[in-house]
Amino acid sequence: MASSKKGIPKNHVIGFILSLVMTVAAAWAAIRSDLPVTWVIIGIMVLALLQAGVQLFMFMHVIEAGSGGGHVPWNMMFHGFALAAILVAGSLFTMSFGFDHGDHGGGSGGGDEQFEEQPEEHAGH
Amino acid sequence: MHITDILVTGEPIIYAAMVSIALVTVAIVFLLTYFKKWGWLWREWLTTVDHKKIGIMYILSALAMLFRGGMDAMMMRVQLAFPNLGFLDSQHYNEIFTTHGTIMIIFMAMPFLIGLMNIIVPLQIGARDFAFPYLNALSFWSFFFGAMLFNISFVIGGSPDAGWTSYTPLSGAAMSPGPGQNFYLMGLQLSGIGTLATGINLMVTILKMRAPGMKLFHMPIFTWSTLVTCFIIVFAFPILTVALALLTIDRIFGSQFFTLTGEGLPMMWANLFWMWGHPEVYIVILPAFGIFSEVIATFAKKRLFGYNAMVWSMIIIALLSFLVWVHHFFTMGAGAFVNSVFSVSTMLIAVPTGVKIFNWLATLYKSKIEFTVPMLWSLSFIPSFILGGVTGVMLGMAAADYQFHNSYFLVAHFHYVLIAGTVFACFAGLVFWYPKMFGHKMNERIGKWAFWLFFAGFHVCFFPQYFLGLDGMPRRLFITNIAEWLPLNIISTVGAFGMGLGFAVFVYNIYYSYRYSERETTGDSWNGNGRTLEWATTTPVPFYNFATVPYVDEIDPYVRMKEEGKTTFDETKLKPIHMPSYTGQPIIMMSFLGLASFGLIFEWIPVAIAGLIGGVVMMIVRSFDYDDGYYVSVEEIKRIERKARGL
Ligand code: HEM
Ligand SMILES: [Cu+2]
Repeated sequence: MASSKKGIPKNHVIGFILSLVMTVAAAWAAIRSDLPVTWVIIGIMVLALLQAGVQLFMFMHVIEAGSGGGHVPWNMMFHGFALAAILVAGSLFTMSFGFDHGDHGGGSGGGDEQFEEQPEEHAGH
Repeated sequence: MHITDILVTGEPIIYAAMVSIALVTVAIVFLLTYFKKWGWLWREWLTTVDHKKIGIMYILSALAMLFRGGMDAMMMRVQLAFPNLGFLDSQHYNEIFTTHGTIMIIFMAMPFLIGLMNIIVPLQIGARDFAFPYLNALSFWSFFFGAMLFNISFVIGGSPDAGWTSYTPLSGAAMSPGPGQNFYLMGLQLSGIGTLATGINLMVTILKMRAPGMKLFHMPIFTWSTLVTCFIIVFAFPILTVALALLTIDRIFGSQFFTLTGEGLPMMWANLFWMWGHPEVYIVILPAFGIFSEVIATFAKKRLFGYNAMVWSMIIIALLSFLVWVHHFFTMGAGAFVNSVFSVSTMLIAVPTGVKIFNWLATLYKSKIEFTVPMLWSLSFIPSFILGGVTGVMLGMAAADYQFHNSYFLVAHFHYVLIAGTVFACFAGLVFWYPKMFGHKMNERIGKWAFWLFFAGFHVCFFPQYFLGLDGMPRRLFITNIAEWLPLNIISTVGAFGMGLGFAVFVYNIYYSYRYSERETTGDSWNGNGRTLEWATTTPVPFYNFATVPYVDEIDPYVRMKEEGKTTFDETKLKPIHMPSYTGQPIIMMSFLGLASFGLIFEWIPVAIAGLIGGVVMMIVRSFDYDDGYYVSVEEIKRIERKARGL
């Protein structure tokens, strides 16, 4: 516990304000700004990375040395990445079917073979 | 705005509910004032950070929620047995099955188990409290206000009515306008914060605060199940948080994540919901497995058979639980390949589950079983749960699921696993650890009555539902006057009332035992059969749990301690004990966030902002809070221990 050091925890205050500012910036970029969609997406991605950096370095002890049971932050980050991979890859795997809007351009994923057997399902799109 | 705009009006049942809520509130306020108990309530309970007291508050709230959810269930069963009576209309029926499901899973099963974990885990590992006691109080109050918010929906604003799964587009703003669905979103969001925090809190507690010498593979099996559950919570709940937030933004601020228009993806809600939802069903079953393991080992008077296999099977179940979610929407039409993959992964879960079943049986094999009430709940769990598991595998076969899906066959499956698994475990665990919490046992004779009524009622209620499902009766149906279904529906309703009676007897037993049970004199309440550290503490457990923390380097350490005539207490090693101070901040902070949620539900943005500001202010207050707790002096510990141990 940080009981010995009283006073303002500078790092945390700065980190907190930074993360708020970045959140508001992301929301502004998506809702209010007139930037082209590509730039909005790139901007949000960059902000997300910075945000993760702030959390990890200013709050979550990534730079501290490991303790008894290995380096906990790295350990949890590994699990976090594994989960994110399941989430994103799994959603793409299960949800990308029937999205070719009838013009047969893209559309990949598990459902394609099935839909080719019933072309009439596509007709109306 | 006028008050009648938000109150639900024009329904006799609702008026009755309002009157009873008002009467109960007045009665509570009156009793507290009359007996001058306000100060006591605030000092001893509302501001507590003691894990044992927080656990008791969790369990009391969970029992209240079991009552509320049970009333919902009874009303549905009456409607289904007597469809011509016109007892409920369709809107009512929809609201009731929605609140029933949500309350039972989110506000009954999880808090009940978390309550037991709160009380028992620190005692099992030789810790004096949670790693973060303040956060623990915060978790409880976030659950409490979330639950209250959800529960008032049926008198204020109207209940959600899109099922506990809240599928879009039905639950979106276009098809479910009004506050009902918002109650679901905000109630779950608020209590979800607490669940997530508890997951982190218990994980740190178990990883960092075990007694010296206790390796992970020395831990009692209930503690192990808690640790594995915490990992599932920490990884699954953020998915729910995000999904709820997206739907909230859809509904309140007009975005189109899950809408039919604007390229929204309604099925993405189902996808995200079940990515959390399937792990969630394992969050409520793994601790149950842990409780049964403890009870069975204690009353078979043997070390749990295959301890390592038990632990590894839980870890494998936890991993697999993240890889099966699509089995809840095989019928979405993702295609044969996708369905096959998830069909196989689903059936794989049956393997580690089977391993556990055989280990329990092997523990019982050739042992001298003592048929106490907790043991009855645990023994009856095994065959009942197998029925649920086997039908689960049947549902897991994608092709067959096209027939079973959303029929009463599914309803029977999940009640067999959730009731015979989770609810039996909650009762078993509560009766088993009751003497640790309250200093007296629950009456065995009445306990057996409660057990047999509930057990028989359960099978009479849900076994026929498998066949109703096979006869084609869909779930969430309100008109059922089809001649072929009627007999089984009536039998089922009779069973439901049997369960209701069993629950009533159980609650009566709490009162009866409080009045008449013998008070415990030793800490090892079950005829000296305790195996793990919680039984080594005195009864009542002192607020610091362990005066001196024992050295532990084996499974079931208390068995050897008793053989060698030792206790955990060593007066020569006493040192002052550092304890956290009680604080009113958690309840205040969470009531502000509750207010913010209430504002969002009715889309009164100023109210929401006011609540949020209050919450942030409380967080700032907390950040500059330098209260480091206090020390209990050696003299005081000596005095307490000598009295408790009769030295
Ligand atoms: C052997 C293990 C299990 C298997 C193979 C299994 C399989 C399944 C499948 C395939 C479904 C979806 C059926 C459909 O919607 O048509 C399902 C639904 C469900 N299962 Fe299980 N299950 C198992 C264990 C459990 C456990 C342990 C629990 C909870 C304690 C549980 C709770 C549920 C619930 C709540 C639902 C229904 C959700 C809803 O649609 O409202 N299951 N199960
Ligand atoms: Cu599932």
